[in-house]
Order: sequence, then structure tokens, then C-alpha cells
Amino acid sequence: MRNAQNLLRWIEEGRGRGSVVATRDCVLPLDGLEHGTSLGRDLNGLRGLSVVLSVQDIAKAAAALIELDGLARRIVLCPPGWEPSRLEFAAVTAQADALIYDGDAEPPSVYLRHSAPCRLPLQPLESPRVADFDTEWVLPTSGTTGPPKLVVHTLGTLTGAIVDAPLQRWATFYDIRRYGGLQIFLRAMLGHGPLVVGTEGEDIGSTLARFGDARITHISGTPTHWRKVLMSGEGHRISPDYVRLSGEIADQTILSALRAFFPRARIEHAYASTEAGVVFAVNDGKPGFPARWIEDGGDVQMKIMDNTLRVRSNRCARRFLGDEAPALTDEEGFVDTGDIVERRGDRCYFMGRRGGVISVGGLKVHPEEVEAALNSIEQVCASRVFARKSPVTGALVCAEVVLRNGCAADADTELKILSACRARLGPHSSPVGLRFVADLPITAGGKIARYG
Amino acid sequence: MSMRDTILNEMRTVATLHGKRLPDLTDDLPLTESGLDSLCFALLVARLEDNLDRDPLSEIPNGRFPSTIGEFVALYEEAVA
Repeated sequence: MRNAQNLLRWIEEGRGRGSVVATRDCVLPLDGLEHGTSLGRDLNGLRGLSVVLSVQDIAKAAAALIELDGLARRIVLCPPGWEPSRLEFAAVTAQADALIYDGDAEPPSVYLRHSAPCRLPLQPLESPRVADFDTEWVLPTSGTTGPPKLVVHTLGTLTGAIVDAPLQRWATFYDIRRYGGLQIFLRAMLGHGPLVVGTEGEDIGSTLARFGDARITHISGTPTHWRKVLMSGEGHRISPDYVRLSGEIADQTILSALRAFFPRARIEHAYASTEAGVVFAVNDGKPGFPARWIEDGGDVQMKIMDNTLRVRSNRCARRFLGDEAPALTDEEGFVDTGDIVERRGDRCYFMGRRGGVISVGGLKVHPEEVEAALNSIEQVCASRVFARKSPVTGALVCAEVVLRNGCAADADTELKILSACRARLGPHSSPVGLRFVADLPITAGGKIARYG
Repeated sequence: MSMRDTILNEMRTVATLHGKRLPDLTDDLPLTESGLDSLCFALLVARLEDNLDRDPLSEIPNGRFPSTIGEFVALYEEAVA
């Protein structure tokens, strides 16, 4: 499909003039893209292809995104550090023809018909780009294990909630390859200010110092990011006009703490998901949202069914990618967010995820996958995973374990099981503590009875 | 055992569990330089709640999160006082 709107056209129209996307290691001057490229000679060879974008640095990812929007038929935005098997899965599902990899790192061992390195600083552009596709932007959902779901957006669905505001100077702790970070990248692209982003492995003090030096006015992160800022003792390095929280449930403690720490700033918690898009932002300093929004959500329609929030708007994703993929919406076009909402008087509150999905610092953890890993460990006979509330990361993973006969229920066994689990699942998905029990309750259907 | 010792012991346990190295844990040491990441802190706070039946980080009255070891210990001392 042909489309007149793409990110390069925004730049040609004068947006982002004099502006940059900056990480600790790289700077991308947006004007430079009119006559420069991060993708070298291979650029026009990528026209009309389905492209997997897998680079390390966020500024490089930004350059490639701007160049590929309109040029490629489809872009799959892979978060950094994906192992080859996940890249392979995404490439097959997206029927990818080309891989863009980080020119300063080893190319991943995924073999596609075309591949091109992405490098900064920009090189001179040899021939003009022809960018006229209505490119599909494919975002993986944020699950930590198992194959990701690939969610299809367009520039139109991604920018549906963004209002033109030229003077904002943005910073984010997010990666722009996640929905929350991508929203901030596009907001910054529409304005004339810079976007400064945190860099993986950088300590929070240095990140905040860079944000402060760039005199940022608008900043976004998850409640976990914000708790980290408040506990760093370095929060004074920034003095934002606007503080945005998203990606996790914002509780009263974090909202009040941010209000006290940044008395001048507008503090807003936004509700969005990769599938449903940006739904709303709340700025009255209280958790949850006004119940009347369910009835009169304006351009976003909402309903609560089986206690979970369903959303329909022009910001929702188009579909899931893949032949076997389930439908994204119900017959009326509503996306099931999987977020449990409870109405108390004139307010609605988020109560967690359906299906027991646990959000640890914004990363989704599926109890069943943790149980499968636990059950594969020598000492474990059966297990049941549950969430424990945490004022630091929102939640932590805990588990009840039935030991095999002859295993001692002691600290040594606990340590062995926990380290075996960490080796398999990584730190966020692994239980932080075990409770040894004699047996686990089973439902009439023969399944493990879940909490809640 | 004093509150300080309880907390420092738990910090050492969490560090061992997660393969982290701790520097000298002095009062003025910023929490960000303690060698523990967010996940380790979440675990520390959970273990302290199990030990002390208190979770002062969930209900900080003045909105001031602790940023040094000394402030962190003081928060728990106030909570049990």
C-alpha cells in the first residue's frame, strides 16, 4: 500500500531540525538523515522487503527505523540481546527477507537473503531513497520466555495519541524498541527537541546526569524506573516539567513520592499496551482512573468483561502476525488487554494480570513457564508459582514446591533449586524464595488451583 | 541483633544468592553503589518483611525514598520503633 506519510517526510518538512537522539555511546543528528545514511550502500536494495532490525545501540535503531519507514514493506523491531532462536522465529513469522545488524558487533547467526550493517556516524547517501510504502511496524510483546507474539502497527496507529508539541525535550529510561519507548521516540520526532535515552549497563546516576545536561523537560519510565531514581539520590540532576509513568501499575506511594520530589512537574500515569495502544493518561495524582471514562472515553471505547478491560480505538494494533496467530480483537473490534480492573465507587483500579501473569519491573512472567522450569529440576516433584507484592519492582516471583522423596527441606536444597532455576530462566523470572509444602491444591478440572 | 546488623546480614545473603559483590557498607554509601540492583533490592525488602513483619518502603509518609544505607536503616528503625 502507498502512503505519503513517513518519518523521513517529517524530517524533510522540518521536524526534528537541529535535534538529536542520544545514548551514552552514539548521537544521531536527525537533519543528517536527509543526505546521510546509517545503512550504507545496501539501502535501496531493501526497498519493499520485510526487514528484521536487530542492533544494539538505541540511536542506531532510531536511524534505521527512520530510514526504513516507507522504504521497507515491514520492519520487525527486535529488542537488544535476543538469542538467535528468537530472531529466527521472528524472521520466519514475519517472512523476512533481510536482517539489519549492528555494524559494531558480531552479526547474529540468522541467515536471510539480504543483510546490512547499521553504523553511526552517518555516511553520505549515494542515491535518493524511494519511500512510499505504508510500512508495517512489528513489535514483539514483552514476555520473557517462550516465542513472542508479534503485533502489527503502522505509523498511523502508533501516532494516534500524539499531539504536536514542538518544544518538548524528551528523555526516557525505556528502550525505543518497546511500545512505551517507541511512543516517546515518536513524540520526540514530532517536535524539535532532542531525545536522550538510558543505555543498557549504564548506572542510574550517569543516566540522570546526561538527562540533566541535555536540559530535558519531559521524561518517561516505569514505576520501577522511578523508584530507582528516587532511591539513587541523583534525582536532583533533572528538573522536568512533565513526568510520565507507564508499563506497570502506578500505586499511591510512587505517585505521592514523585509529587513531593518534583513539586513543579505535571505527573501523569499512562495506560497503554503493545496490543491496545495508548488508552489514556491520568494526571490527578491518584492511582487507577475515573470510572466514567468507561462510558465516555472519547476516541477510545472501553468495556469491562469478565473483570478485564477491553479497548477499541484507532491506536489499537492491526493484528497479530503469523498464520496460526489468534485474532487480536473480538467481533466488535475490542482488544482484550488481560488487565483485571475493579470498580470501587467512581474509580477503577488495576488489580494485576489475568491468567496470573506476573509483572516484575515491567517484564511479564508466566507462572506456567516458571513451574515447568522448576519441575524439571532434580529435587522438585511439583510446584506452584505465585506473585508477591513488592514496593521496588511491583511484584516478585515466589513458588511453593513439593520435594521428591528423600530430599531435605532445608536451606541447602532451596539454594540448589533457586540457582538451577536462575540458570534456566534468568534473574527476573526465577523465584526469589521457595516454600516447601507437602502437596498442592488441585481444582476439579485437575489443574493447579491458582491464587486469586 | 541491631536493626543495622539485621539489614546488613540480609544484604550479604542477597548478594551471595545473586552472585553480587558488596563494597564496605558504610552509612553514607549511596544505595546505587551498594552492588545490588532493583531485583536484589526487591528481594532484600521482601526478606526484611518476612523477618520483621514490616514493609516501610510501601508506605513512605513524606515521599522521601531512602538513598543511602544510613537512610535505609533509619527507615526500618523508625518503622519498628
